[in-house]
Amino acid sequence: MMAATPLLQVRGLTRRYGARIGCRDVSFDLWPGEVLGIVGESGSGKTTLLKCLSAQLEPDAGQVVYATRDEGPRDIFALSEPRRRLLMRTDWGIVHQHPVEGLRMGVSAGANVGERLMAVGARNYGRIRASALDWLGRVEIARDRIDDMPRTFSGGMLQRLQIARNLVSSPRLVFMDEPTGSLDVSVQARLLDLLHGLVADLGLSVVVVTHDLAVARLLAHRLMVMRAGSVVEEGLTDQVLDDPQHAYTQLLVASILHP
Amino acid sequence: MSPNAVPPAPEFALAVTGLGKQFTLHVQGGVVLPVLSGMNLEVAPGECVALNGPSGAGKSSLLRLVYGNYRAQKGSIRVRHRGQVVDVATATPQKILELRRHTLGYVSQFLRVIPRVPAIDVVAEPARAVGMSLAEAEHRAERLLSRLRIPERLWSLPPATFSGGEQQRINLARGFVVDFPVLLLDEPTAALDADNRRTVMALIAEAKGRGAALLGIFHDAEVREAVADRVIAMRPPAMAA
Repeated sequence: MMAATPLLQVRGLTRRYGARIGCRDVSFDLWPGEVLGIVGESGSGKTTLLKCLSAQLEPDAGQVVYATRDEGPRDIFALSEPRRRLLMRTDWGIVHQHPVEGLRMGVSAGANVGERLMAVGARNYGRIRASALDWLGRVEIARDRIDDMPRTFSGGMLQRLQIARNLVSSPRLVFMDEPTGSLDVSVQARLLDLLHGLVADLGLSVVVVTHDLAVARLLAHRLMVMRAGSVVEEGLTDQVLDDPQHAYTQLLVASILHP
Repeated sequence: MSPNAVPPAPEFALAVTGLGKQFTLHVQGGVVLPVLSGMNLEVAPGECVALNGPSGAGKSSLLRLVYGNYRAQKGSIRVRHRGQVVDVATATPQKILELRRHTLGYVSQFLRVIPRVPAIDVVAEPARAVGMSLAEAEHRAERLLSRLRIPERLWSLPPATFSGGEQQRINLARGFVVDFPVLLLDEPTAALDADNRRTVMALIAEAKGRGAALLGIFHDAEVREAVADRVIAMRPPAMAA
């Protein structure tokens, strides 16, 4: 997991909404192959932070330095708009909480996956379709559904399709916003297990936002706990959850219901 | 050798020095619970040290501190890791994960598993993580599952529905599937029958034989006497006034 330089170096990231704080002075490094969980309750700023990290929202202050493949570490907000767009389409993946935000509902499942490949230059129809079929299989969607429209899919299938669409272009960094949040509990376990396996097999670096500490424990190597826009505690996942130091983290951990 | 020569002290595999730990419970008005203070111990390669004492003496907490699961407030926890010495008390999360992958094994009392993963994969996973081939990792996992008498029909099932004793044996198999240089054992025989207890004693003896350093809590006096080279007595810390 250790490489010479971090994949992402975040320094002093701040975003306000008028007088209201979205996130304040957030700094961290993300190393290749590392899964960082950002936990906190609604309104803690975790989604704002994720949007700033993934260039969906411009911060008011601070830097997000990404180790690009060809030009080394670059501040993503100093890149030209086309360069940033290309990065987002090729090197990065973004998995939204609601799959409809990350999918094109008007085209088939296969086209949703194939589109990302075409964005990185693939032109051979046969190969694109073969790749789409392979990825549908990897996310446990039956191959005969490839020409079906996403609206005929269940919530769990849609989320798996969104994951396939993101991973088909072999991204190095994937951002996930509450990836299990819109799913029924019985479907969550399957998706978690699938994500856990894919992340380990592909050696992906991931920043995952979740309010669910069980999801964080399962997926993340490291956690940052956010409250009112600031990071109040960070560390190894099991350390933060089993030996929380900050009063707010202790309250979060103590508030989990164990069936 | 002259009669006065002192044999060189064996190099430690694990050395705990001046270790202090307390919990501050902010949710309960900042109550402070002392757990350990001024704890010292060393474990040499090939040695098994047993922690003994009443519940509340901090035995499990000490194992968790060594594994990096709890944060130390005072002192150091030095582990020999691939020729270097790493202090768990100050190591980065990345270093602790590397330590756990290659050097530190931990058999806890509870099995934490991913919902749908089959028992055989749960056991083989640590071996895969150190870079063993799938075939070798599975071979090792199968051997341990057989030795620990997990029926073959259960290997492909997720352990979530297994009995307490079966889950403990899955945990044991996970802990022994890699030849960890340092192995932490928290009540490894608590839920086992006599045959499996003997298997665990054999696994511990084999680990010592290959030079592993073991630190464990063995409630069962017969097991403790059979495996431990030394016993360290622990008692609950005085409550803070």
